[in-house]
Amino acid sequence: MKLLEIEGLEVRYGGIRAVKGVDLAVDEGELVCLIGANGAGKSSTLRAIVGLTRAAAGSVRYKGAEIAGRPAFELVREGLVMVPEGRGIFAQLTVAENLVMGAFVRDDAAAIRKDRERIYALFPRLEERHGQTGGTLSGGEQQMLAIGRALMSRPKLLLLDEPSMGLAPLLVAKIFEIVRDIASQGVTILLVEQNAKLALEAASRGYVMESGTITLADDAKKLLADPKVREAYLGESVG
Amino acid sequence: MDIFIQQLINGVTLGSVYAVVALGYTMVYGIIQLINFAHGEVVLIGAMVAFSVITALAPGGWPPLMVVAAGTMVAIPVCMAIGYGLERAAYRPLRNAPRLAPLISAIGMSIILQHLALLVWSRNFIAFPQIIRSEPYHIGGAIITNVQIAIIATSVAMMAGLALIVYRTRLGTAMRATAQNQHVAGLMGVDINRIIAVTFLIAAALAAVAGVMVGSYYGIAHYQMGSLLGLKAFSAAVLGGIGNLPGAMLGGVLLGVVEALGAGYIGDFTDNWFGSNYQDVFAFMVLIAVLVFRPTGLLGERVGERT
Repeated sequence: MKLLEIEGLEVRYGGIRAVKGVDLAVDEGELVCLIGANGAGKSSTLRAIVGLTRAAAGSVRYKGAEIAGRPAFELVREGLVMVPEGRGIFAQLTVAENLVMGAFVRDDAAAIRKDRERIYALFPRLEERHGQTGGTLSGGEQQMLAIGRALMSRPKLLLLDEPSMGLAPLLVAKIFEIVRDIASQGVTILLVEQNAKLALEAASRGYVMESGTITLADDAKKLLADPKVREAYLGESVG
Repeated sequence: MDIFIQQLINGVTLGSVYAVVALGYTMVYGIIQLINFAHGEVVLIGAMVAFSVITALAPGGWPPLMVVAAGTMVAIPVCMAIGYGLERAAYRPLRNAPRLAPLISAIGMSIILQHLALLVWSRNFIAFPQIIRSEPYHIGGAIITNVQIAIIATSVAMMAGLALIVYRTRLGTAMRATAQNQHVAGLMGVDINRIIAVTFLIAAALAAVAGVMVGSYYGIAHYQMGSLLGLKAFSAAVLGGIGNLPGAMLGGVLLGVVEALGAGYIGDFTDNWFGSNYQDVFAFMVLIAVLVFRPTGLLGERVGERT
């Protein structure tokens, strides 16, 4: 069943078309990645899905219902959650308070507590620092907090915007391990990444975006083997 | 020495009222970076509404405390409605406009409210019915009255309640999150418009009680009382560090004390060239000194907006 279905999505900033008619779909339970160079329109696509940026044209259907134009805060209640680029940690709130905010739409205190323990088990570092303010965490810890916070809402569809950005290689590997782990627990994920190799290795399907349009869409394995992808995004010279 | 203690008591009383009003400025600034110049007029309306209710009920022979409480209970919802109305009508439509626009809108609202009060309650000074007899208690040669004790106790209770809401509840966490990053708070499922409205409601409720306290303390109200009180409370918020709640509390009390001590001693220091009627000068001397020497205020980290 299609959880997310985008057709002809366009995003404009002033006179510039950043996203020029994108079609994209994510089935329930899938881990799909959207790769492409800096400025290809990947983040704009994500932002338009959750209503942070207005879609100029096209339709966005979530669970079969049109959501284009609906504000982000309403979608969270329906399980559509985004981890923004740059992580968006509340720097002056403690780690624990950041997690409380993640569960803002929920009312089941006992289950929330249980989920917090689960997050702390997944990221022991966060438990160690639960009383520290978010701003004092390292980049990797902030990314863990951002993902943990998103999980606190019990998302059905998780949109991850560049989770590897600015992290040391060892941490990037760790973050991807966690992303796969979350996916294996049944959370549907749409992953936007510049690190095409890791993203395609983790995902089952992939889309390649280039200056505002989808140029390739296929199984992740096939994209990994595709000479064009290898040359443009994996830094290999083919031929 | 008795003068010192006496002025200290007066200063803390006045300062705790400033603190309650300053909290309103600082909460709104913290969440939408707007200096709500109409906030002093919300205090004014609170005082005036309470005055009308108290005057109407005073001859009824009810216990005085109940009459004042009734006045306060009417003033609070009226002020909350005005605070909410201000946000909806004057600030929300301008939320994405250049920062000067909502500021001008705020000044306009302040003038409108002031003249509304002028129309309803006349341009004369209005005497609050003295239904609560002021009883003095002597401590160390100085006097503290039951009204002063009540004002200080009420202020402390309200500040404690507010701190509890802001730092210990989910709503408060959402308010602080919204103050830090509205977009991300939205991604957590927070309805930003609702949080901002709630902030205005809380600020207005505090202002209403402050209005009743000022009215009872001085026994007098006037349609222009809000602007000077508002400016002083704003100075207190800047002194503590605008956007910072503990800062507003500290700034309010400090400003009250500085003002009272200044008024008490200015005659001695200037060989009676200046009298205690110059007491209003001190608040603004403090404001200017803070803006020059420590624009972030005593506890603030963010730089206060220049207006």
